[in-house]
Amino acid sequence: MSTKDPSRGLLVSPIRNGTVIDHITAGEALNVLRILGITGSTPECLSIATNVESKRMGKKDIVKIENRELRTEEVDRIALLAPQAKINIIREYKVVEKKGVEIPEVLRGVVRCPNPGCITNTNEPVESTFEVLPKGLHCLYCDWLIKDDIANHII
Amino acid sequence: MYHIISIRDFERSDLDYLLDRAREFDTGEYRPAMLDDKLVALLFFEPSTRTRMSFATAMARLGGRSIGVDSVEASSIVKGETLADTIRVVSGYADAIVLRHPKEGAARLASEFASVPVINAGDGAGQHPSQTLLDLYTIRQSIPIDGTNVGLLGDLRYGRTAHSLALALSLYGVTLHTIAPGGLEMPANIALELRERGMEVVEHANVEEAIRELDVLYVTRIQRERFPDSASYYNVASSYRITPDLLDGVKERLMILHPLPRAGEIDPAVDRTPYARYFEQARNGVPIRMALLHEVMK
Ligand SMILES: [Zn+2]
Repeated sequence: MSTKDPSRGLLVSPIRNGTVIDHITAGEALNVLRILGITGSTPECLSIATNVESKRMGKKDIVKIENRELRTEEVDRIALLAPQAKINIIREYKVVEKKGVEIPEVLRGVVRCPNPGCITNTNEPVESTFEVLPKGLHCLYCDWLIKDDIANHII
Repeated sequence: MYHIISIRDFERSDLDYLLDRAREFDTGEYRPAMLDDKLVALLFFEPSTRTRMSFATAMARLGGRSIGVDSVEASSIVKGETLADTIRVVSGYADAIVLRHPKEGAARLASEFASVPVINAGDGAGQHPSQTLLDLYTIRQSIPIDGTNVGLLGDLRYGRTAHSLALALSLYGVTLHTIAPGGLEMPANIALELRERGMEVVEHANVEEAIRELDVLYVTRIQRERFPDSASYYNVASSYRITPDLLDGVKERLMILHPLPRAGEIDPAVDRTPYARYFEQARNGVPIRMALLHEVMK
């Protein structure tokens, strides 16, 4: 056996068209799928690898989705869960685009405010709006601060 | 156009400017008919007679007029209508809107849909900037705010008046002394924010420990509904009661403030001491609201 771990070959089996999300924070792969709206009953052909050894991250997760490219809002959501993620767009087995994710300064309509008294949790024509601060996400309407468990608040 | 939504939106120079203007209105250095062609809409979706009356008084003293709805009318008028729509409609009637609403962030939303200035008169447990301004004004009436020792006593966990005052005081080099019953301490993230703003925050277990150091003692109501039963409420409430005995040996210039209404936190016997300033504080709502109304409509 060479330096290649045989199981690794299976994990990185190529896809023809679609998206590979690599360097996902270990343990977040299923949350990434959830925010992409992918469940067992949606039609995507998926490969998921969790806790894969990574030189850079120790452990990481990888998600491959065939025949789907991600929208900007989806990339913003992934950035919240997995700030080191790398998104590779694949066409005809080739990586045609490689991009990192970046957490925007302001998140609109991405995270639901946990404060039940917040005006954004009513039928008003307004989207939740959070500014991204080092200590957490700050609701620009009611001043609520989301410090952890961000995945549970993503819309 | 500018809105008065949250004390977080203000820098020190803005606060000082508004306090200076309020003082001019207070001492009569103004033309009484400054807003005589203006109309303000007072939209109160939640009862607050005192705040509503002080805005109406302020507007009348500036020569302007008020229209509006109180909480009972408001609930029937806007049956099913969004606040956004109400604000768009009322923007067509008045030169400014004063809004009191049960939801936090309502004033921020209103400012996005209004075509006239919006003044927040309290949104839910959220912001109430005119209260903070009148608190600052009352302190500054007697002593310079800079470098004083201010004690905040009561429910510092849910008491947003206390949070907002603390944020404003952090712009004045004040040392803050927090005195709260167990479980009602100031939230860690607010205390952290204050320290990040360079404020010295000292926590105390009881008021006796802090009171001799203080220039200002700001007392807030401890809400009964925060406690599981009335016995534990009375237990806590009695330990935070300000009585004349407690005031032995305090600084001569100590001022005791309270946003009112009070619910037993201050013994009525304290009213006769020179330290009691809460009724003066309530009266100061008028010049502060005159300054705000004038500023947004001039
Ligand atoms: Zn909120």
